Amino acid sequence: MDPFLLEAIVNGILLGGVFALPVLGLNLVFGVVDVVWLCYAELVMVGMYCVWFLHTQAGWPLSLAFAACLPVVAMLGLLLHLLVVKPLLGSPPITQVLATGGVLFILQGGAMLTFGTDFRSLGVEMPPMEVGEIFVSGTKLVAFVAALVSAAGLWAFLKFTYVGTAIRAIARDREVMPLMGVDPQRIYLVASAVGGGLAGLAACLLVVQLDVHPFIGLSFGPITFMICVMGGLGNMLGGFLAAFLMGVIISTGGFWWNTEMSYVVAFVFFIVVMFARPRGLFAR
Amino acid sequence: MIRAAIALLAVLAALPLFGLPEYFLHLGIATMLSAVACTGWAMMGRFGLVSFGHGAFIGIAAYTMALLWNYAGLTPWIGLPAGVALGMAAAALLAYPCFRLRVVGHYFALVTLAAGEIVRILIVALRNITGGSLGMTPRLSPDNALAAMQLGKHGFWWLAVLVWAFALLTWWWIDRSMSARALTAISEDEDAAASIGIRVTREKMMITLISAGFAALGGALGAQYRLYLNPESLAGIGISLQIVFGALAGGMYSMLGPTVGAAFTIALEETLRVSFGTAFIGAAPLVYGVLLVLFILFLPRGIVGWFERRR
Repeated sequence: MDPFLLEAIVNGILLGGVFALPVLGLNLVFGVVDVVWLCYAELVMVGMYCVWFLHTQAGWPLSLAFAACLPVVAMLGLLLHLLVVKPLLGSPPITQVLATGGVLFILQGGAMLTFGTDFRSLGVEMPPMEVGEIFVSGTKLVAFVAALVSAAGLWAFLKFTYVGTAIRAIARDREVMPLMGVDPQRIYLVASAVGGGLAGLAACLLVVQLDVHPFIGLSFGPITFMICVMGGLGNMLGGFLAAFLMGVIISTGGFWWNTEMSYVVAFVFFIVVMFARPRGLFAR
Repeated sequence: MIRAAIALLAVLAALPLFGLPEYFLHLGIATMLSAVACTGWAMMGRFGLVSFGHGAFIGIAAYTMALLWNYAGLTPWIGLPAGVALGMAAAALLAYPCFRLRVVGHYFALVTLAAGEIVRILIVALRNITGGSLGMTPRLSPDNALAAMQLGKHGFWWLAVLVWAFALLTWWWIDRSMSARALTAISEDEDAAASIGIRVTREKMMITLISAGFAALGGALGAQYRLYLNPESLAGIGISLQIVFGALAGGMYSMLGPTVGAAFTIALEETLRVSFGTAFIGAAPLVYGVLLVLFILFLPRGIVGWFERRR
C-alpha cells in the first residue's frame, strides 16, 4: 500500500480519537437531558484557553493545568444547564437549541474580550515517531490513547456505578424512571457536569495539537454535531464509531484532494448517510 | 387593512425624499433586506421546520449573481433571479429526500446545518474564482450603474421596500391559504395529517422553496447593496443562526415579527459597534448572546408576540 495513503488512514484514526470525546459528551447530554448543546465546541474552546492561561501565563505545570481544566469546564456545563437549559426544559426543542446558540456567542465574545483574537500556542511538541514506513505525530498518538482511555472510563462509569446506571435508565425512558424513585433533575445535573468534563478533557487533548483562538469552535463544532447525528443522537457507541469513520474520511479526502475539499466530502457523506439511514448509521 | 398597508408603503417609499440622512437610509436598507431573509425563514420556522442552513441558499444566490456579472457580464437583474432559482433548486435537492425519508426535528436542523457549511467551504475552496475567505467585489460600472444594479442608496431603498412588501404579501397569502392549515396539522402530527389526506411532502416542499427563495433574495440583494461578498457573512453557520435569531427575537408567529426582529438586531449591532468600536473586540457578540438568551428565556414568542399577548 502507498505509505502516504497508509499515513493518511492512520492520521484519520488518530483524528477520530480527537472527535470521539466531544461526540461522547454531546451524546451523553442529548441522551439524558434531550437538549443539543450548540455551544459544545465553545466549551472546549474555554477549556483550551484555561490550560493555555494556567500553563503559559500563570506558570503552572502542564499536568496541574490539565487537572484544573476539567472541573472548570464541568462547572461551566453545570451553569449552562442550571441557567439556560433547565428553565427551558418544557419548551420546544428549537428554543432550547437556539438558547445554547446564544451561549455560543457569549463564550466567543467573552474569549475575544479576555484574550483577543490572536492565535495562542501552548508550545508543547513531541517528536514524530517512525512506525514502519510512516511517521506519526507523537502528540497526536498520546492524545489518541488518552481519548481511548477516557472513553473506556466513561463506559465503566455508566456501566458499573449506581449513578451511571440511573443515567442509562433515564436515557432509555424518562417517564418511568421518576416512578422508580430516581430524581431526573439530579441526573440531569450529573450528566451536564460529566458532559462538561468531557469537553474539558477534549480541550486538554486539543490544546497540545492546535493553537487556540476564539473561533476555533466553529472549525470542529459542526463536524462534531454531524458525527453525533450520523451515529444516532444519544447513541454512544454509534457516535464513537462514527467519529473514527469521519476522521478517516477527512484524512484520506485530504490525501486525494486538499483539506477543504476533504471537509466537503465529509459533509456530503453525512448528508448521503442521513438519506440512507435517517436515524443514524447504527440505528436499530 | 389593505388601505393601511398601501398608506404605509407610500410613507416608506417617500421617506428618502424628506432628506433623511444617508446613514439612516443605509440602516433602513440593511434592515429591510435582513427582514426579507428573516421573514422567509419564519415562513417555514413557524411550522416547526427549523433550518440552520438558510445561509447555503443565500451563498449560492449571491455568488451566482456576482460571478455571472464579473465573468460573463450578465446583469444582476437577470443574475439575481437566476441565483435565487439556483438557491431554491439546492433547497429542493436537500429538502425532498429529507421529507420523503422523514428526516425531522434535530436531524433536519443538523442536515441543513451541514448544507450551509458545505456551501461555505466550497466558496472558500474555489478561491481562484470566488476570492476565497478574502471575499470578492462585483465589478464596478459607474457608466452603466442601472444595468449593473449599482443603484446608490435611494434606489436600493425603493428596491428593498418593494421586495419586503412582496415577502409580507406572500406571508399574508400563505396565511389565508389551505396550506397554512395543512402545515399546522403537519407540525402537530405528520401521520395524522397524512391520514386525513394532506399531502405532507408536497406541502412541506412548497413552504421550504418559498422560504429558501426569500432568504436567498434578501441575502443576495444585501450583498449587491454592499458590493462585497464574503463566505463567512453569506454562507455557513454564522449567517444561518443570525437569521434564526432575528426571526425569533421579533416573533416568528406574526407577520411583522421577523421585520421587528431584523430591525432590533441591526439596531443592536450598530449601537454596540458605535459605542464599543474596536476598543473592546468581542463585547458586541457577548452582549448580543446575553440578550438572545434573555429573549428566549423571557420572551419566547418574541417582541411582537409579547405585545400581541398583552392586548
